[in-house]
Amino acid sequence: MKVAPEVKVQEFALYVEGLTVSFNGFVAVDGLNLYVNKGETRVVIGPNGAGKTTVLDLICGRTKATAGSIRFNDVELTRMSEHEIVRAGVGRKFQTPSIYETLSVRENLEVSFPRGRTVFGALAFRITPDVVERVEQVAGEIFLADMLDQPAELLSHGQKQWLEIGMLLMQSPELMMLDEPVAGMSVSEREKTAELLNRIGRDRSMIVIEHDMEFVKHIAHKVTVLHQGKVLAEGSMDHVQNDPRVIEVYLGH
Amino acid sequence: MSAFYKNVIGAREGLAGLLVLAALVFVVFPLFLDVFRLNLVGKYLTYAFVAVGLVMCWGYGGILSLGQGVFFGLGGYCMAMFLKLEASTPEATAIQSTPGIPDFMDWNQVTALPWFWEPFRSLPLALLATVLVPALLALVLGAAMFKRRVGEVYFAIVTQAVALILSVLIIGQQGYTGGVNGITDLKTMLGWDIRSDGARLVLYYVNGALLFACILFGRFLLASKLGKLLIAMRDKEERVRFSGYDVANFKVFVFCVAAVFAAIGGAMFTLQVGFMSPSFVGIVPSIEMVIFAAVGGRLSLLGAVYGALIVNFGKSYFSETFPELWLFLMGGLFIAVVMAFPNGLAGIYKDYVRPRLARAAAGKGKAKRAAPAGEPA
Repeated sequence: MKVAPEVKVQEFALYVEGLTVSFNGFVAVDGLNLYVNKGETRVVIGPNGAGKTTVLDLICGRTKATAGSIRFNDVELTRMSEHEIVRAGVGRKFQTPSIYETLSVRENLEVSFPRGRTVFGALAFRITPDVVERVEQVAGEIFLADMLDQPAELLSHGQKQWLEIGMLLMQSPELMMLDEPVAGMSVSEREKTAELLNRIGRDRSMIVIEHDMEFVKHIAHKVTVLHQGKVLAEGSMDHVQNDPRVIEVYLGH
Repeated sequence: MSAFYKNVIGAREGLAGLLVLAALVFVVFPLFLDVFRLNLVGKYLTYAFVAVGLVMCWGYGGILSLGQGVFFGLGGYCMAMFLKLEASTPEATAIQSTPGIPDFMDWNQVTALPWFWEPFRSLPLALLATVLVPALLALVLGAAMFKRRVGEVYFAIVTQAVALILSVLIIGQQGYTGGVNGITDLKTMLGWDIRSDGARLVLYYVNGALLFACILFGRFLLASKLGKLLIAMRDKEERVRFSGYDVANFKVFVFCVAAVFAAIGGAMFTLQVGFMSPSFVGIVPSIEMVIFAAVGGRLSLLGAVYGALIVNFGKSYFSETFPELWLFLMGGLFIAVVMAFPNGLAGIYKDYVRPRLARAAAGKGKAKRAAPAGEPA
């Protein structure tokens, strides 16, 4: 395996090398290399079963790697537990909107505020003006400023997706990973989401899994195509779209 | 102060709920019941501690423990060991072959006080043990299970097994524990006769005060961020974990809180009823305690108290009249409540009674609108 020079470690926010995971002999991710720059928005595409979601699971610690290394800001993530990875600055949005239905939108955001994360810290936690301010600011960003006191279960599907993105934003992650953020959204919601992701992508690195090619065009700095757990192609949207192998396994369908 | 009023008391409606229950427990029952019946109510209220704890860990935390009898029993035994040693002075036990040790030890040819009984000569140590022993067991058990992410159902089964193990252990180690009879003939606490009518009345009030302290502490926990996190964990545990929280720690904590509540109830049981036995530790009593919480409403701390009272009144009535049928009746009640009214009596109150009260209040021409969804726990 090639060893990257020191400078590169500094440049990349995320540095994945030789990442492999197998489930009972089935190799879902196979020697994957992935480098994401600071401030870059990377979109990962590929056919079903290519291992896209598994890659996110590996980075956020939900699945443990069989081999390989994941370094984020020079910290090795593969041996850390999920909450430690979050605290290191990695946020993850799930494919189906994962919010707290019985709490209000405001409470959903408050609970995500990165203070009082231990048992006794949570007991001592007070909703101070800076928390309120941050909640309202994030609610504005995710188009939910008017719905703060609604129960989250009353939100539409698209609004739930935004709320979960907002819950991540509360934590100001340096790397944000979004799994199909516009699935099930209307056209106008998709446009707003693209605008939102472009806005929040300025301050951080992002990895987005998406199938909607129009949407991908709007947000991607660079696209990685996965196939059978390996990188099939990588580069700009144009480059990838014109790659015959990509057309064959994915875009051609 | 206003934050305390709003969050812990639960504003006007929460205060009203507390006052109604307080009036019932501290005024109505003592006024209308003789000491014998009042003592019986006091006994039921000791189960309410367990039910309140179950609201915390099952209702809010989503952790169903079918072994709360273990903690109730440990608390009760810690208290009973102290009282038994006080009752076993060398003078009072002069006829034994080894005077100065509890009578059941003597019957079982034990000739010296076992080491783990020694701390229970001191009341402060015994009180400390009442809280710490169950908390420690809950901590170890909870940490072992939740750190490994044992699922809810398996957790329930393991707690059930622990209840069985502890009751079998107590029954088997007769010489050290009093066996199946438990620890009986408890008479005085620091020379104060706990069997007198006056003492029973005092203990009843102490019991009630402690119960309210637990309810208020529970409300404080639920009103904090920790309470919100418990609800969040019940909804979407993964989301909480991936928001940077170590979910297991929160579960262990709330399980420990429930254990300590149960233990306080157990100790008050021993004081008021005058004995403690393995029949309060095993599987059946542990499940009964879950039924109290389910009937009262597993999301309502006050509801749990009513649940404990009503089910136990029903039990003493029906078990006198139809002793064989009682267990079936109770099982049926549990199934019926969970199927028809998953939030128990508190849910019925919230869905049917409160809207009417609100309408009646509005009908009086008051401009005040019904309190919004802020359900007081």
